[in-house]
Amino acid sequence: MNAPATRVEYNRRNKIPAAKFALWVACASITMMFAALTSSYIVRRAAGNWLEFPLPKVFLISTIDIVLSSVALHLAYRAFKNGREQAYKILLSVALILGFAFLLLQYQGWMALQNMGVMMTTNPSGSFVYVISGVHAAHILGGIAAILVAVLHAFVLPFRVTEQRKLRFELTLTYWHFVDFLWVYLFFFFITQS
Amino acid sequence: MATSTLSNQATYDEDVLIQELGYDDHFHEHHHGDKFQSNFITTYIFSQDHKMIAKQFLITGMFWAIIGSLMSLVFRLQLGFPEESLLWLKPFLGKWIVVSNGIGSLSQEFYYALVTMHGTILVFFVLTAGLSGTFSNLLIPLQVGARDMASPMLNMFSYWFFFLAGVVMFLSLFLSTGPFSGGWTAYPPLSILPQASSGSGAGMTLWALSLVLFVVSVLLGGINYITTVLNLRTKGMTMWRLPLTIWAFFVTAIIGLLSFPVLVSAFLLVIFDRSFGTSFFLSEIFIGGQALENVGGSPVLYQHLFWFLGHPEVYIIILPAMGLVSEVLAVQSRKPIFGYKAMVFSILAIAFLSFIVWAHHMFMSGVNPFISNFFVIFTLIIAVPSAVKVFNWISTLYKGNIRFNGASLFAIGFVSMFISGGLTGIFLGNSAIDIQLHDTYFVVAHFHIVMGVAAFFGMFAGIYHWFPKMYSRFMNETMAKIHFWGTMIGAYAIFWPMHYTGMAGVPRRYYAFDTFETFRHFAELNQFITVAAIITFFFQVLFVVNFFYSIWYGKKMTTKNPWGATTLEWTTPIHAGHGNWEGNIPAVQRWPYDYGKHGREFISQVEPMAEGERDGGH
Repeated sequence: MNAPATRVEYNRRNKIPAAKFALWVACASITMMFAALTSSYIVRRAAGNWLEFPLPKVFLISTIDIVLSSVALHLAYRAFKNGREQAYKILLSVALILGFAFLLLQYQGWMALQNMGVMMTTNPSGSFVYVISGVHAAHILGGIAAILVAVLHAFVLPFRVTEQRKLRFELTLTYWHFVDFLWVYLFFFFITQS
Repeated sequence: MATSTLSNQATYDEDVLIQELGYDDHFHEHHHGDKFQSNFITTYIFSQDHKMIAKQFLITGMFWAIIGSLMSLVFRLQLGFPEESLLWLKPFLGKWIVVSNGIGSLSQEFYYALVTMHGTILVFFVLTAGLSGTFSNLLIPLQVGARDMASPMLNMFSYWFFFLAGVVMFLSLFLSTGPFSGGWTAYPPLSILPQASSGSGAGMTLWALSLVLFVVSVLLGGINYITTVLNLRTKGMTMWRLPLTIWAFFVTAIIGLLSFPVLVSAFLLVIFDRSFGTSFFLSEIFIGGQALENVGGSPVLYQHLFWFLGHPEVYIIILPAMGLVSEVLAVQSRKPIFGYKAMVFSILAIAFLSFIVWAHHMFMSGVNPFISNFFVIFTLIIAVPSAVKVFNWISTLYKGNIRFNGASLFAIGFVSMFISGGLTGIFLGNSAIDIQLHDTYFVVAHFHIVMGVAAFFGMFAGIYHWFPKMYSRFMNETMAKIHFWGTMIGAYAIFWPMHYTGMAGVPRRYYAFDTFETFRHFAELNQFITVAAIITFFFQVLFVVNFFYSIWYGKKMTTKNPWGATTLEWTTPIHAGHGNWEGNIPAVQRWPYDYGKHGREFISQVEPMAEGERDGGH
């Protein structure tokens, strides 16, 4: 454990650890990508030849699901900080399960779109929904991978609240909140646009 | 330093200062063997030391620069000597030299592929990765006083993603259908319909893959640069004490992080259009009388997305060069940089404006002319911060004790190129004049001078200046001067005449002009340009020879601070290992441009301020 300790130590003069700040910067970068996609949506929509369709209800459920997952992960973090091992393990697992459920619900959403007759290639209005939610799902996968590592740590490593593990948890939490918020934005974007 | 009238009566020893006032980060105590540099592979290949990664970026960039400029020579031969036989190139280019009646000529498809690859390679691999990658890596940790980047691991990945991008692009050169040939901007439909041209199939697939890998590299690098500058500055290193190099790299990284993701979105939609049948960018296209199934796409939308990256990209290229030049000019003319804060604010202004001028690349694409007005105004406003910078560089040189060496000559050359190329930008920025000038050689001349040659000059200045820091040896000065004058005269000889052909309306990207009566009288001018390009290329070979010769046989560095510079990188040992400083990290006491203050030639940033002394730049 000596090498990582060095790393934390020489960053300690700063209020915010370098890794955390780097994550924020990366989130800004991802935001730009979705800003580009959603503004393309607006520009393309203004050009006409645009198929209007209501967003399937499933997406509302997935939105609620991902918000709950974020809440669960946050509570897990608080439990971890306060040393409540049992609550921490349960809440963490709940967050992971809700994360997987989100992907499943998104898939249901795409199926619902297909049943409505909105295929990937029908009209750009539909293509945008598939592509944007698909790219978002890819980012969710990254978050799930991070939570999976956190779950492994929770159940394999002996329970100890160290600076290193707290930081690691905070990074996962920050990213998960970010992709969660991103979906909420995309969801409201889609329903206000259609 | 012989020319200097001032002596540097240092009252302090820098090493003592670093030990006494420096910041103890317990870096060396915890070191159980250097996990970063323990064997050949971790030292030279998968290195996590920012200094080694910088060298990797530089040498890979040089490799691509040679490939890219050789490509330009081949298509320049075609443009200058369309009647001559290119049969002698057949051993290298194979089937791309088409032989009829014993006369070999360059295949037209391959001409386009060469132009496309030349653009892609130079813009992304050489002037983005090779320039910003090299010097951000080398100088950010050294000049802010950090042991390494915030994440040495991500930094290593940044290089290896760049390397992979290069491998994929290199492989695409050998495809039987040729590399991508739709221009470096990859406009649809050439980039989407595989049947559009021979390079639009597998060539475009590899091109897109390569660039996605490249963007990953830029983003990983950028995250590191920003975090390191904001989080790992040493004690006393406030933002207003950062050398201008660091300001430039920092802002460059921010621009990159905000604009490259937009390019990824554009590519993503292109890939969906290519492979999954969507029609984001394709609309009602007829091929051989058959209408495509795609309906309702907008190719102009792609241009918006592309140039939202594309324009900031030119500042991603030029800002690091500006930073290097500012530093080199101050050090080599033994004067503080003129208008330090104005320099910083103009970097910030340029960065901000770079995001709201993208449509000036699209004046003739059917963009609403009223919207064009908006973009014209902001484009022309960029002249203001640019002029501030030029004024400050010239004022820095004014009455300086300039040492004319490779570094300073190229820095001065940069200023010359930036003025010449910048002025033509004012013509092109006007949407009305652009009706005549768009897509002509005037544009080619403009951007080659202002961001191609100028950025190269900044890079050369940086290499000559920091070569001792990289390899503990000097580059040969005589060869450097020959290189400078050859390149300076050669670059103007290549690009100056293009302004005239452009004003006469000669379009860019044409395979040959000898069939056009209107342009036939430019044949000799085109020959002149080609000859100048070949000669200039050989001056670059001289540079490459000098570079590699000097790595092993150059004059050895005997003192830590050969240029008498104030910044922190020159307080590290001559052969700095991983972690840069042997003991404590130096604490910074003053701004980086104390030259000629209190009758001293220079005062290092680690020297405490005298009683009642005011810090510079404020």
